[in-house]
Amino acid sequence: MLSRLNTLWSWVIIAGLLPLLWLIINTAFDNLGGNPIQALHIRLGDWSLRFLYLTLAITPLQKVTQWRGMADYRQMLGLYAFFYATLHLLVYLLVDHGLMWRVIGIDIVESSYIWFGILAYSIVFGLALTSSKWAKKRMGKNWKKFHRFIYIAAIAAIIHYFWQLKGNLAEPLFYSLIIFLLLGFRVLVWLKNRKFSQLMIPGSQKVLLAAEKKAVVSSKSNKLNVK
Amino acid sequence: MIIKTKQAILASEITDPLIFKERRKIIKAMMATLVAGTGIASSLADTDNSIWSGLPKGEFSNDSLMPTPAEIVKNYTNYYEFTFNKKDATKLAQSLPTDPWSVEISGEVETPGNYYLEDILRQQTLQEYIYRFRCVEAWSMVVPWVGFSLGSLLKKAKPLSTANFVKFTSVYRPEVMPNQLNKKMLDWPYVEGLRMDEAMHPLTILAVGMYGDTMPKQNGAPLRLVVPWKYGFKNIKAIVKIELLKRPPTTTWNKFAPLEYGFYANINPAVAHPRWSQSSERQLGSGLFTPRRETEIFNGYGEQVASLYNNMDLRHFF
Ligand code: HEM
Repeated sequence: MLSRLNTLWSWVIIAGLLPLLWLIINTAFDNLGGNPIQALHIRLGDWSLRFLYLTLAITPLQKVTQWRGMADYRQMLGLYAFFYATLHLLVYLLVDHGLMWRVIGIDIVESSYIWFGILAYSIVFGLALTSSKWAKKRMGKNWKKFHRFIYIAAIAAIIHYFWQLKGNLAEPLFYSLIIFLLLGFRVLVWLKNRKFSQLMIPGSQKVLLAAEKKAVVSSKSNKLNVK
Repeated sequence: MIIKTKQAILASEITDPLIFKERRKIIKAMMATLVAGTGIASSLADTDNSIWSGLPKGEFSNDSLMPTPAEIVKNYTNYYEFTFNKKDATKLAQSLPTDPWSVEISGEVETPGNYYLEDILRQQTLQEYIYRFRCVEAWSMVVPWVGFSLGSLLKKAKPLSTANFVKFTSVYRPEVMPNQLNKKMLDWPYVEGLRMDEAMHPLTILAVGMYGDTMPKQNGAPLRLVVPWKYGFKNIKAIVKIELLKRPPTTTWNKFAPLEYGFYANINPAVAHPRWSQSSERQLGSGLFTPRRETEIFNGYGEQVASLYNNMDLRHFF
């Protein structure tokens, strides 16, 4: 069992590195088209977004398939989202801008879509820092609350994607649909749970009401007494 | 369609083609080792059988600019009539018939008419114009265009004093242009416009070729506008109609997103697009570790054109 798990682990790790390998090969063979730096940068962003989505897909998949083992891979996938976002950012700073900080500063101030990229990255960065078992233990209940920020990161990332578009809408619409499904699933679960707890209420309310009736009666009588 | 005029060359000047080819190969090999990996080597191959080599240079052609490798220019174009994807435009555009081609010149002119392109060309002197080209998407290139002055064409039609604007209309061929057929995104056909003084400016040309050869279809064959101090989308392709008007025309991108794409569309690093900065640009063909170029006002043609916009708030008239 353990060895099987371990091989699956290594497969996930290798699979996560394949896009990078593919990009390196394409860069080396000048296969990235007329604007290779933009292509490299964009594709790293795309992969970060994909891993972010895969991370978010674990919970729904787990619920649907009843396979509990998947949660172990969530951390790995999330770290890959962080990894590709970091490369995306480094290519932007180092390769595209050659660390010309003045130009970078103007670019960031004037390009509103980058603000959403930075928001998404700050969150993913924080989540990556606190992704270890040790951090989870130390943060206790706050860990889960904090890691719910991944929803905001996903939404910020899709805004970041949409807002920089120059023409084609097909791909971002596809990604928006996925995020809609992934977040929609959670809303459904949440609604279901709420309904469930609401269903519980009538019973308890009866008890409460009965108790209140007595109180009301007594208060009324109190009032009467006062008058 | 296009008359392939070659300049007369003295027999003594003509190098034996074989020796010439051989020499080129050697130079190419040398260049290739020098600029290995930058992709520039491949562009040298394109000048081998060019039909317009050695044309006289246009007034503001800049010889010190290093042209972008032709292969990149030919495979990186926005041609939304065909596709929203730059890579696929090259292949899809090949289905556009460009021969024969006629252009209507009408509106506020004394002699309106419909002319075959070759008749227009017979009256114009072709020149080479090495210009910068800057797209609103923040990438840029340097292209050696082959063309002639728009002003000299307009003068032939004798503009009336009431002509204040020029409206250009692209070809409408939905049978070969999928996004026209499916009425996608923009209002077709594509329309662009210039103020009369911008149109008459000696920098403004109509191009019929590039890199010494006829214009590739994806780059706007057979006739396109080149206004080097304005963003790429002003440089309308496959022109079929040129009208002189009293009032400014409604232009395609301006109509689609008036807050994002102005009528003037002058290149200006200080005026950001509402969603992204215009302060720098990625030069196509530059090496992997060449940083972006800082965009110049009027794309570096300020000396020639800044006076056209005296007393105008360029932020307002973007
Ligand atoms: C988790 C964080 C991030 C994700 C998931 C992400 C993802 C993406 C995606 C999917 C695209 C569009 C790619 C396409 O057009 O197919 C993109 C574009 C872009 N991103 Fe990010 N991004 C992130 C953070 C950042 C940060 C921190 C910066 C810069 C400081 C940044 C700068 C850019 C730029 C400049 C573009 C536009 C590229 C171009 O069109 O030339 N991103 N990003």
